[in-house]
Amino acid sequence: MAEGAVDTQTEVMTINIGPHHPATHGVLRLVVDLEGEVVRDLRPVIGYVHTGIEKSCEQHSYWKVIPFVERMDYVSYFFQMEAFCGAVERLVGLEIPPRARYLRTIFLELCRIHSHLVWLGTTALDLGAVSMLWYCFRDRDRVLDLFEMATGQRMHTRYFQVGGVIEDVPPGFEAKAREFVAEMPVRVKQYQALLDRNEVFLSRTKGTGIVPRERLLDLGVTGPLLRAAGEPWDLRKAFDYLAYPELDFKVPVGTVGDNYDRYRVRVAEMVESTRIVEQALDALPEGPHIADDRKYVLPPRSELSTSMESLIHHFKLVTEGYRVDPGELYYSIESPRGELGCFVLADGSSKPARVHFRDASFVNLQAFRAMSVGGYVADMIASLGMLDPILGGVDR
Amino acid sequence: MPDAPGLELIRGEIEQDHPGAVLDTSFDREQPALVVDPALVLSVLSWLRDAPGQGYGFLSSLHVADYLPSRPRFGVHYELLNRDRVERIRVKAMLEDPSAADRRLPEIDSCVGLFPTAEFQEREAYDFFGIVFRGHPDLTRILLPDDYVGWPLRRDFPVGGEPVTFTHNERRYG
Repeated sequence: MAEGAVDTQTEVMTINIGPHHPATHGVLRLVVDLEGEVVRDLRPVIGYVHTGIEKSCEQHSYWKVIPFVERMDYVSYFFQMEAFCGAVERLVGLEIPPRARYLRTIFLELCRIHSHLVWLGTTALDLGAVSMLWYCFRDRDRVLDLFEMATGQRMHTRYFQVGGVIEDVPPGFEAKAREFVAEMPVRVKQYQALLDRNEVFLSRTKGTGIVPRERLLDLGVTGPLLRAAGEPWDLRKAFDYLAYPELDFKVPVGTVGDNYDRYRVRVAEMVESTRIVEQALDALPEGPHIADDRKYVLPPRSELSTSMESLIHHFKLVTEGYRVDPGELYYSIESPRGELGCFVLADGSSKPARVHFRDASFVNLQAFRAMSVGGYVADMIASLGMLDPILGGVDR
Repeated sequence: MPDAPGLELIRGEIEQDHPGAVLDTSFDREQPALVVDPALVLSVLSWLRDAPGQGYGFLSSLHVADYLPSRPRFGVHYELLNRDRVERIRVKAMLEDPSAADRRLPEIDSCVGLFPTAEFQEREAYDFFGIVFRGHPDLTRILLPDDYVGWPLRRDFPVGGEPVTFTHNERRYG
């Protein structure tokens, strides 16, 4: 090439994707360096939906924090509640009754199915399988119906409380939940039949976005992304929390670690979740749904007109809230996106001094560069869908 | 989890290799924690990761807490995990707040070289608390705008200190 001549073949062009774009699954901005169609570098820019939830939590008494944390990862809200309530319960040393453990497990697993359905519908939509969105959201609606039946709300239910759950499930819930979990595996088979023979879907997911398992671990990736690379790491199996040690379920893993494996792992997890819900419904113990400790748990409504003691407790809990002795604790659970950790620092007052959420989407997003660099733009969009970030959780 | 005697054993072994690195231990609510000298935090982290028999190779979370009014003021927490034995241990480095005297920011070494996962989390800690991680490849604000002034998750940062723009109080809308 002559001196001073411009190389027109290998020009690197920097383009901006987002922050408002349907394929970014939220308000995510990507600054991508492209050489033709090939991604040479990539930088995610986040923070567009940062609302300072962690700061807001410090201004409210413990029981008022629960609705705040739910709104971080708005697709898996039950998990945020469990992470926070579980951390506070461990700080104050409160044991939750067996029925509450099982009810929480049931709602967490229904929420996992809900989250994976939202992911499957939107990601398949990105990859050209438009009809999947309507099928997935049809079934998601049935999960939301169950949530509404038990809690009165379809999203952001404030159902988990420190000490248990706010009220028992209504009559008829069990039958409806059983009907749903019996049907869900059939639905999942139908979805697999639609996608596993979809030539476009297969060629866009197979062999794309591969990151070696060691690299994923270095980057702190957890959840289905890590399991798709063949690492059977699941906090439900590793740590002892809620009713999981008493239930029989498998941890699906992939082999190659490409986008197709990520899809397979999540779809298999939905079926495992239905098994967990079914077993938990079978084994659902009778008894109270919330701990009987008046220092932390509201007294039953019926006692308020007859017992002065209950009235005083009710008044104290609603106005000031309960105080938590100084201490700090990190509690983590397996959310649909990986390790969801909650750090609570108590300073002896009725408000937490610090609430920090280790959000799985936030940490997993670091692997996006490794998944995309060297591939085509189209594969990058497929990888982003399979990464399944929820930007409300990333930005908090 | 290592129990309380196990934690003291770990402390003793670290002391042999890095004298003075561990300032204190705590075993509160079944959670073992090592309070370390901030200047030696990287030595302790790499020892816990690489020393035979330890294998705390996964950094679950890195976060900061502001302990105002007690001193030292800031605690940088490293939640380490041994995935084979399913054991967690917390490493805590307590930092003084120098900014009162000469408006400098508290500093600590970055652990991105040991744990690449810390990159976003250290940026988040810098963004919210103004902790400078020496040696971080790109220490810029991550969630807040680049031109933001202040460290909002510090305990002395007021809530409502941020003006909210409505149409009636923004000049451009008259």
